[in-house]
Amino acid sequence: MTPTDKPQPPFITLDSVTKRWSNGATVLDGISLQAERGEFISLIGPSGCGKSTLLRLLAGLSGLSSGSVTLDGMLPESAREIMSFIFQDATLLPWRTVRSNVELGLELEGKTTESQRRKTSTALLQLVGLSDVADLHPRQLSGGMRMRVSIARALATQPKILLMDEPFGALDEMTRDFLNEEVLRLRENDQFTTFFVTHSVAEAVFLSTRILVLRAKPGQIAREIPVPFAYPRTADLRSAPEFLRLVGEVSAALRSVQGPSNPSNPEHP
Amino acid sequence: MKKFLMQAAWPLAVFVVVITAWDLCCRWFAIPAYVLPPPSAVVRVVVERHQTLWNAFCITALEAGGGYLLSILGGVIIALFFAQSPLIRRSFYPYTILLQTVPIVAIAPLILMWFGSGLRSVMLVAFVICLFPIIANTTQGLISVPRNLIDLFIMSNASRSRQLLKLRLPHALPHLFVGLRISAGISVIGAVTGELFASSNAVGEGGLGYSITYANSQLQTDYLFALVLTASLLGFLFFFTVTTLEWLCLRKWHESAMKTDAD
Repeated sequence: MTPTDKPQPPFITLDSVTKRWSNGATVLDGISLQAERGEFISLIGPSGCGKSTLLRLLAGLSGLSSGSVTLDGMLPESAREIMSFIFQDATLLPWRTVRSNVELGLELEGKTTESQRRKTSTALLQLVGLSDVADLHPRQLSGGMRMRVSIARALATQPKILLMDEPFGALDEMTRDFLNEEVLRLRENDQFTTFFVTHSVAEAVFLSTRILVLRAKPGQIAREIPVPFAYPRTADLRSAPEFLRLVGEVSAALRSVQGPSNPSNPEHP
Repeated sequence: MKKFLMQAAWPLAVFVVVITAWDLCCRWFAIPAYVLPPPSAVVRVVVERHQTLWNAFCITALEAGGGYLLSILGGVIIALFFAQSPLIRRSFYPYTILLQTVPIVAIAPLILMWFGSGLRSVMLVAFVICLFPIIANTTQGLISVPRNLIDLFIMSNASRSRQLLKLRLPHALPHLFVGLRISAGISVIGAVTGELFASSNAVGEGGLGYSITYANSQLQTDYLFALVLTASLLGFLFFFTVTTLEWLCLRKWHESAMKTDAD
């Protein structure tokens, strides 16, 4: 595929992205996709389908074997300034207070004064409901609170693109649901474009504008399922029949890529 | 406070039992004082010769402390160098293990022969014996930063020096303190060992190690006991200082310190 002649190129373009490990194994094979500003794209698939690798390629933390990635007209390495990465664990610096962790990204960028950073962190901590614990250290917080600090830190640099690698995987379901709603609320303020890796179908349907179901060995996009529900979405959506029907559809798609043809666990139907 | 007293009660009871047994042994078996002086004799000699003991204490403290501080400086610099690449570590690490495996009593006479007998050479012996635990632990701390945290810094386009200053060094701090705690005690061993081979300016003067050889040769066993006790007190003081410093630095955020805090 060649770049189109449209006056407004897509915000994010992946063109036949392929990634092979040094031992020759193909992790991602010919991934092509385009994303518009403000989209929320979930990546879901069996383990080993390369969804986390895809996120690392977008972040420029890992190089591609062939193909190309363009983010707002830039290569991944140059686009880091407009990106934030949220990891599976909160990855907070344990020696820093909550506030100081939120300010880390801005501090490393070195474009802001201390009072500007303080203003930003105060506003963000209020936004994620952590003003009371601003001066505590991460060890003193629960897992859910730590993840909220991690999200606040990611948003502090006002990213245009947010990459989230299974951020709520280690949390209990209630905390996860709560944080899902939180993410949607934060998205109302800042229209960042999101790539979201998850294992939870319900989470993907609740959050996304689009869901990509990946198959493994080699990692390819098996299905693309648009999510039609309008924003703002509320917790009530989870019990709506059309929501449950879509959850069923995505689960079926996931089962078909994990099916008996999967050579890693042939004994499971 | 009550908890503290309860915790102190048992070791204190052991102390009393041991001292009493020691005293009774001396009386019952009529052991000559030059073989095993009774506790009362040791206490007497401490009181009588407190000035000489204090002088010896200060000299050895200076030697051990000086060597210790030097080893922190040297050890951290070497660890920073080791943290640069696995190739550097593979090339040089085996030789640092030599520091640990070659007996200090074998190195001490060499150092004194090369650098002359004096305070600085003894300091050097203490430096050599303290170096390895600090290199090994600090290097471990510098290279064991979780991958995700490094990626986080890469995503923020942080330079290598910023990564070192704001990520690797703070992460290595608890590891450094492990090395510091090990070296605190052995710095005194190093200084005393060094003194055993160093001569002194005046008879009966000099540090604890020198005084130990002197007291031994004069069969002043009670004074020897007093010197040995003073040496362990010095090691304990070093250890206590480092542990307190560690608690002050890490209590807010590090697991090990948090636990002590909760007790």
